[in-house]
Amino acid sequence: MTDASMQENPEATPHPVSLTAPNERTRKRAKAERRFRAYGIAAVATGLFFLVVLFTSILSEGIPAFTRTVVSVEFTLTEQQREESEAELFKTKAYSNLFISALKTELDERGLNVEINEDAIERLLGKVGGTIRTFYSENPGKLGEPVEFDLAASSRVDGYFKGRVSRDTMQDSRFLEKSDLDLVDALKEAGVIKQAFNWPFITGADSGVDNPGGAGIGASVVGSFFMMLVVLGLSLPIGVAASIYLEEFAPQNRFTDLIEVNISNLAAVPSIVFGILGLAVFIQFMHLPQSAPLVGGLVLTLMTLPTIIISTRASLKAVPPSIRDAALGVGASKMQAVFHHVLPLAAPGILTGTIIGLAQALGETAPLLLIGMVGFVARGYPDGFLAGFTEPNSAMPAQIYTWASRADAAFYEKAWGGIIILLVFLLTMNIIAIILRRRFERRW
Amino acid sequence: MNDMSRVERQVDTNKIKLECRDCQVYYGETHAIKDVNVDIEDKTVTAFIGPSGCGKSTFLRCLNRMNDTIDVARVKGSFKLDGEDIYDKRVDPVQLRAKVGMVFQKPNPFPKSIYDNVAYGPRIHGLARNKAELDEIVEKSLRRGAIWNEVKDRLDAPGTGLSGGQQQRLCIARAVATEPEVLLMDEPCSALDPIATAQVEELIDELRSRYSVVIVTHSMQQAARVSQKTAFFHLGNLVEFGETGQIFTNPEDPRTESYITGRIG
Repeated sequence: MTDASMQENPEATPHPVSLTAPNERTRKRAKAERRFRAYGIAAVATGLFFLVVLFTSILSEGIPAFTRTVVSVEFTLTEQQREESEAELFKTKAYSNLFISALKTELDERGLNVEINEDAIERLLGKVGGTIRTFYSENPGKLGEPVEFDLAASSRVDGYFKGRVSRDTMQDSRFLEKSDLDLVDALKEAGVIKQAFNWPFITGADSGVDNPGGAGIGASVVGSFFMMLVVLGLSLPIGVAASIYLEEFAPQNRFTDLIEVNISNLAAVPSIVFGILGLAVFIQFMHLPQSAPLVGGLVLTLMTLPTIIISTRASLKAVPPSIRDAALGVGASKMQAVFHHVLPLAAPGILTGTIIGLAQALGETAPLLLIGMVGFVARGYPDGFLAGFTEPNSAMPAQIYTWASRADAAFYEKAWGGIIILLVFLLTMNIIAIILRRRFERRW
Repeated sequence: MNDMSRVERQVDTNKIKLECRDCQVYYGETHAIKDVNVDIEDKTVTAFIGPSGCGKSTFLRCLNRMNDTIDVARVKGSFKLDGEDIYDKRVDPVQLRAKVGMVFQKPNPFPKSIYDNVAYGPRIHGLARNKAELDEIVEKSLRRGAIWNEVKDRLDAPGTGLSGGQQQRLCIARAVATEPEVLLMDEPCSALDPIATAQVEELIDELRSRYSVVIVTHSMQQAARVSQKTAFFHLGNLVEFGETGQIFTNPEDPRTESYITGRIG
């Protein structure tokens, strides 16, 4: 190339006449460098752009899941009213009628005159009578006192407030009729219907397919938490012990080479393969309970182990051999050298690898589908700490998947909200890891 | 180390601390050390000199079985410390290394406090019964390492924060803290500047009153300055071993002469 350019331009001298006047080659090089920098900046900018898009869409779609529409009505039930209602054949209906008359009086007081019928109230608020009856049978002391009831509006009404449902697009159905929206508007004007923070979404369990409003992620957060406990409790000690043995003690031979290659390959095995393995081994062969966080945790442990082993070995390798020499030189045994000196130095790296592994496991969905962790958990929370491992439960990603695949658009919003919770969970884990890292590093 | 062996040593071995006979080291297929016979005397500085790759460091690492940690290395021959074969199956290398301490080429303090660096050896060998005894050992060792005055006010500071020369003296203090009988030094000054080198050399001369010191060095001047005995290695063979003065002024072997006059190496 140099020869060719020489022939084209026989006048060219090896050095420019002046240092301030760059020659052709220098200009070319500088241009190439500027181009490369531009590519780099473009790549970073593209990445940032997608990140911003991701976060805006997650937040804009997901935040509505954290609010819900409630109708709050002050209601007083006297002892006599209760006895009368309990004497009726349709008890909840009697309570419902009392509620409707109370609502009517309240609206009349505010000068609003709207038609309220029983069916419309049921479409708007569900079985009000049942809710009221349950409340008073649990809190008989509240009889005769005014009680503020926050009744969740149906998801269609919720959708009307969030813009998902409008008069133009909706069709009359058993869930909502157009005339009901007039009532809703009137209630809104009266300040009876309002938006509130959706605690049931954070604390509740999944709901049936036609009740998106009642769906909560709480139970599956608990499921994920117990799974992570299993994964952490098994994969960290096994992974670290295996890595220490392979890195510091094992002889270098064909067999250990084979193990090494296999561990690296395992890290790249699709997660669904681990899922079907878990189904065959843990459930069909070992008869462990289906849909249990214990089994989910075991499967995810299999997945996480290679990640932890690889990162632990890398951080053990990164500890300078001079430290091992120093420890052995003063008469430490090999194990003392590893546990007193090498392992503490490798700890931050091991921790990072573990958190990456756990984060992967937390977001994993495919293997959970195979072991039945998409189960509809209507019962909600486990009975105790140990039951948390064995009782059927769902996990966050599986729950999100379930919601996303349901027909009702209100579930779509829940799925986005679930992703926000998942990310918050992940962030919490990372923060804990950072704090632990700081602790470890401060030792010296 | 009991009194019996002390008496025995004086009677039987005639001040020879470490007796090496027909030593061979193989790294896989490579024959790295060939038929080496060396007697390391007590309370003497013995220097190993020779060009790079001649096997002097390899041989040094045989003396406290540091080569055990290298999978492909095989050691043959007899190495007798006070008449006991250190490669005997019953010998625990951990105990041996407490008796035969080592200082490495690059200063390698643990990333812990100065105090913990020195206290580590006594702790794992159970040399101190309580904190006061441990404090005493640490102070004594740091004094022997000629670094006490510089660090006595900051024993809690990290050992890695010291200068290179101070780190190396800390490593020497750490090595002497386990009360070794032989101190092996693998090019202890090669990473140090001339002033730090001079300090370490002075220290080696002081250590001679208590220990038998074996030092590997690239610098012939250093060997001449600090040692009483010198061994010249070349291509895995021990070419010449004798009094330092003799080696440097009147070498017997032409290869030694070539090396010390700078014609080979």
